[in-house]
Amino acid sequence: MTHYLIRNARILGGDPQDIRIADGLIAEIGAGLEARDGEQELAADGLIALPGLVDLHTHLREPGREDAETVYTGTRAAAKGGFTAVHAMANTFPVADTAGVVEQVWRLGRESGYCDVQPIGAVTVGLEGKKLAELGAMADSAAQVRVFSDDGKCVDDAVIMRRALEYVKAFGGVVAQHAQEPRLTEGAQMNEGVVSGELGLAGWPAVAEESIIARDVLLAAHVGSRLHVCHLSTAGSVEIIRWAKSKGWDVTAEVTPHHLLLTDELVRSYDAVYKVNPPLRTEADVLALREALADGTIDIVATDHAPHPAEDKQCEWSAAAMGMVGLETALSVVQSAMVDTGLMGWAEVAERMSAKPAAISGIPGHGRPVSVGEPANLVLFDAQYRGQVNPDSFATRSRNTPYRGLDLSGRVVATFLRGEAKVLDGELV
Amino acid sequence: MKRHLISTADLTREDALLILDTAEQMAQVSARSVKKLPTLRGRTVVNLFFEDSTRTRTSFEVAEKRLSADVVNFSAKGSSVSKGESLKDTALTLQAMGADAVVIRHSASGAPKLLADSDWLHGSVVNAGDGTHEHPTQALLDAFTMRRHLNPGVGHDLAGRRVTIVGDVLHSRVARSNVHLLHTLGAEVTLVAPPTLMPFGVETWPCQASYDLDAALTKADAVMMLRVQRERMNAAFFPTQREYTRRYGLDVRRLGLLPDHAIVMHPGPMVRGMEIESTIADSDRAVIVEQVANGVSVRMAVLYLLLGGSEPAITTTSETHANEELSK
Ligand SMILES: [Zn+2]
Repeated sequence: MTHYLIRNARILGGDPQDIRIADGLIAEIGAGLEARDGEQELAADGLIALPGLVDLHTHLREPGREDAETVYTGTRAAAKGGFTAVHAMANTFPVADTAGVVEQVWRLGRESGYCDVQPIGAVTVGLEGKKLAELGAMADSAAQVRVFSDDGKCVDDAVIMRRALEYVKAFGGVVAQHAQEPRLTEGAQMNEGVVSGELGLAGWPAVAEESIIARDVLLAAHVGSRLHVCHLSTAGSVEIIRWAKSKGWDVTAEVTPHHLLLTDELVRSYDAVYKVNPPLRTEADVLALREALADGTIDIVATDHAPHPAEDKQCEWSAAAMGMVGLETALSVVQSAMVDTGLMGWAEVAERMSAKPAAISGIPGHGRPVSVGEPANLVLFDAQYRGQVNPDSFATRSRNTPYRGLDLSGRVVATFLRGEAKVLDGELV
Repeated sequence: MKRHLISTADLTREDALLILDTAEQMAQVSARSVKKLPTLRGRTVVNLFFEDSTRTRTSFEVAEKRLSADVVNFSAKGSSVSKGESLKDTALTLQAMGADAVVIRHSASGAPKLLADSDWLHGSVVNAGDGTHEHPTQALLDAFTMRRHLNPGVGHDLAGRRVTIVGDVLHSRVARSNVHLLHTLGAEVTLVAPPTLMPFGVETWPCQASYDLDAALTKADAVMMLRVQRERMNAAFFPTQREYTRRYGLDVRRLGLLPDHAIVMHPGPMVRGMEIESTIADSDRAVIVEQVANGVSVRMAVLYLLLGGSEPAITTTSETHANEELSK
């Protein structure tokens, strides 16, 4: 196992320090450390050191849609994006609603070796919203599932949602809800607003998200359980979460990088690369989400990395699949939206993209501070870098990124998983 | 003029008047015993219809044939959203066949723009109706018909004329295209619909919006009744057909509210009795049949102009045409 001495890295953007990595741990931190025999020295002048990022919301597509992504390609993309752990959503084929499927995904993650994969279990059998899946069996499996979600679909039946929230208390689980009232979003193609009216595309109204979140925070409070709300997209959703937190309820929320940067004006192109669920909203929503992430109302950033093959995107808007890839651009987008705008510093980025998501899921060994004795899960990030996004260099199997050709800040230079370099000089090792 | 006609919002006032004036010339051709120009000889125009519309397809086909184009009808009904043949594959096929222009009708909003913006196809794209988005040639023929009745003459626009558009505005590509074009031509548009069938954000459109049909009729120079699909009733957009007709249908009493010179329009196909009383549709106030005839002239003008027509369409003699052929 190679040992590393990283020279002049700025931990959380602080003063330059050297970081010694040995035997999977952060062995020493200090100025002017002396290199030891066999240690590989890395010049990190100007680079920012962050704890390895943790994504609570990743679609790896395996099993079932290996043409879009596999655990292997998805975790390589994650490593390139600075992630050392990802949570794999359950909407695969077959659905991850049994101990067998979650263990399969978990094992594929361990075998890939690029980053840890923690499976998310489905709340209901087949994501059908009718019957609880064997949540306990998934919790007890080798995968040790703690996060349950029907993501892609909303658990819209209030009784099923209540029971799920209650049931997971037995093993410290959390229900991650994709908040989308199904009747209000039948046929929905984009955010309902001025742009949808002009384009003649059926609207996905903000209230369809907000009404479910309002119901769910009340349910969670009533049964005294933990609720996590996936991909907040509206200013109204932020207000509800803020209210729930002011009550002291155990509610957490996430926002995606793209909802922090992009608006529904982009849909005017009818380019399905912008088609995502929940949809891109308005400028006012984007500003509210940024503010909420900065003040902690929104706890974490999660990518909702959703790879699709070209043929599912290069078609009519209404026929196109929803979702965009996000692992390899997440940190750059967050820098553009939150750091370059002065809303957050790097310590907050580490909190929202590593410590907090790890805490919500309880995944061991991740989201730890960059300090001596901790597992060496580490990212070196060049925040000075300016360049155009080139999807042809992505490690993900799909290319459905909205950032092609866009100038984005920053670049992941290196990623270490338990002391082993997975990315060096921006390339997979 | 741009290379494609996707949205009436893309047309400047000059573009729009050029099309209307050219359509006047084309209308003269249609009045001749030999209704044909050699203008598009040797050019291939494909009618790509992913959605059934015999009326619109036939109108385009007649227009194309009067311009001597080689016409290919490519009916792809049902394959639009189904696996197998994608829009991209179809476009690549048409490109390989050397299509100079593609007239596309599609149930998906944005499909023509997708085609025009792609590099799958190099010819001109004409939107013949996309989802609930736009139907620009319908709006052009409507404007042409209005101009003939309300302000006839080459170079004339519709400044100060008042147009009331009534019905299912939410799902109407005709309404969207008309609002842009009529605004560009100086007309004042009022949309009338029940609140459930009014588009979100309509207050930002260059028009007025109202729920009160009677009030909107008294000042109108033209009233356009839109098609209301019966399935909207099941989706609770309004309670019953009877209530819809009572509040938003054009009956004889309401006809009496209109100024005497005002014309009654309908893009068709009509649901007689529901949107419009049958006697009105057949009366001399209605210009519905003229709209159909004008559709051919306007579509001839659009195709002529998009495919590079730079000289007055009607002066084309066999000699100048031969020169055109040589210089290609
Ligand atoms: Zn989701």
